Amino acid sequence: MITLRNVSKTYHIKGGHKDGARGHVKVVEALKNADLHVPQGSIHGVIGLSGAGKSTLIRCVNLLERPTSGSVTVDGQEMTRLSSSALNQARHRIGMIFQHFNLLTTRNVFDNVALPLELMGMKRTAIRERVMPLLELTGLTDKISQYPAQLSGGQKQRVAIARALASEPRVLLCDEATSALDPQTTGSILELLRDINKKLGLTILLITHEMEVVKSICHRVSLISGGELVEEADVGDFFTAPGTQLGREFLNDFLQLEPPKGLVERLEAEPGEHTHPVVRLAFSGDAVSTPLISRLARDCEVDVSILQAKVESIQERTLGLMIAELLGPAEKTRQAIDYLESHDLHVEVLGHVQRDD
Amino acid sequence: MSSAMIDLIIKATLDTLYMVGVSGILAALLGVPLGVMLYVTRPRQILARPALNQTLGMVTNIGRSIPFIILMVAIIPFTRMVVGTSIGTNAAIVPLTIAAIPFVARLVEGALNEIPPGLVEAAQSMGATPGQIITKVLLPEARGGIITGLTITIVTLVSYSAMAGAVGGGGLGDLGIRYGYNRFNPTVMLITVAILVVMVQGFQSLGDYLVRKSDRK
Repeated sequence: MITLRNVSKTYHIKGGHKDGARGHVKVVEALKNADLHVPQGSIHGVIGLSGAGKSTLIRCVNLLERPTSGSVTVDGQEMTRLSSSALNQARHRIGMIFQHFNLLTTRNVFDNVALPLELMGMKRTAIRERVMPLLELTGLTDKISQYPAQLSGGQKQRVAIARALASEPRVLLCDEATSALDPQTTGSILELLRDINKKLGLTILLITHEMEVVKSICHRVSLISGGELVEEADVGDFFTAPGTQLGREFLNDFLQLEPPKGLVERLEAEPGEHTHPVVRLAFSGDAVSTPLISRLARDCEVDVSILQAKVESIQERTLGLMIAELLGPAEKTRQAIDYLESHDLHVEVLGHVQRDD
Repeated sequence: MSSAMIDLIIKATLDTLYMVGVSGILAALLGVPLGVMLYVTRPRQILARPALNQTLGMVTNIGRSIPFIILMVAIIPFTRMVVGTSIGTNAAIVPLTIAAIPFVARLVEGALNEIPPGLVEAAQSMGATPGQIITKVLLPEARGGIITGLTITIVTLVSYSAMAGAVGGGGLGDLGIRYGYNRFNPTVMLITVAILVVMVQGFQSLGDYLVRKSDRK
């Protein structure tokens, strides 16, 4: 439904007053050779820190930012080749919501939702028929004649969602849609987005810096850093085993699953003669309900000292995460790791610590 | 005070209202579009035309920097061409309008500048044309600010119109100078000033009321 091929965006920023070179042009590569494919009906999240190029990426989809190079296809249409009037037509099929809602302060709820339809030249009665069900879907029927200033953040975002859906788009772009909301409201907005995705089969591309958003509604996730998409995975896989260092940082930060500080200081990269491995284990699927740790002690004759453990449910999947120290002779601990891996656990050796004894 | 004097005061008041009203309306009709142009042709705006924007900005600044009393005299040939005379209320309307247009334009531009850029971006994401963005987003959202600007303009025009009295423009300023100043009649002077004060108060209150009514923030 959305395909980005080799999309780059470069800004030329005039300035350089600081280094005294007037007219010096600074080149900023906000997006570098981005490839992204979002199939119809799926929810795709792009996560990254601020300044990583998320906003540029999502704005390139509906050409609020025109890519410097590369191609953007939405619903079979090559966006970069459209004339300005054809582009406006294509934009009717792409809804967008924003971090700061961007509602018109001088229009009430109904008229805000009606705006895209007015822009399409629709008649007042037809507009009414289109707007009312949307207000129902977003739970705003009793707020119909209120103005944005009278609404809470969550209600404003609901209005924005209803407005984005008014033109019956095939795609919804969400630009940090929950970043200005409190956790509870975030939950209810995400619920609504998931609902819309299911009911209307709407394809959703969202950008965020919150893992919570990715965890609760996304099917796939891409990681963006320094203008490059560095990793892409199914959300379940990403939470089990991120493929990049940045992914691990995001995940550890989110799960707060780090080995204790005192231990980290003692970690050594290479095993020594008298060391124990410290491992990070990720269980998913059947492994979650299998008593593997006690079997490990029995079958492999190693002791397991659990340092941190957590069970997360990610959409329909349950994910167990653990940081543990494996105590035993080097030979035995190596076997233990093989044993765990043979049971579909993801094992990552974080390092080795000297034995206390 | 003689009834002839009272008649004069009433006529002068109506003249002032006429001059301010007509020049205010004309300045709004021409100044608001100029203000919109100044805003939308800025770099990175919806109709970015940097060269046009600089030209318009320069013309506007020249208009704003000429002292009104000099402008009034300097454009007498133009005034004659437009209204056929350089004396009287109709003649005063021409320089008043010309002085007010750039004034209105800058205030409108300022009001538009207050609109969060996200609103324009949202409208663009909905496929709005630049014309639609101006009529459906920019002008309605800046309505309060534009009314504030027009109120300031009207109040300024009241005092300019009094200045126009100095060169035979008619109205309260003319009355105050001829009777109050030249003939040493402090009563007439005080009355004209008092009427001007009331007039300014009235316009300001009306403007404030309209802003309150249009503002939903």
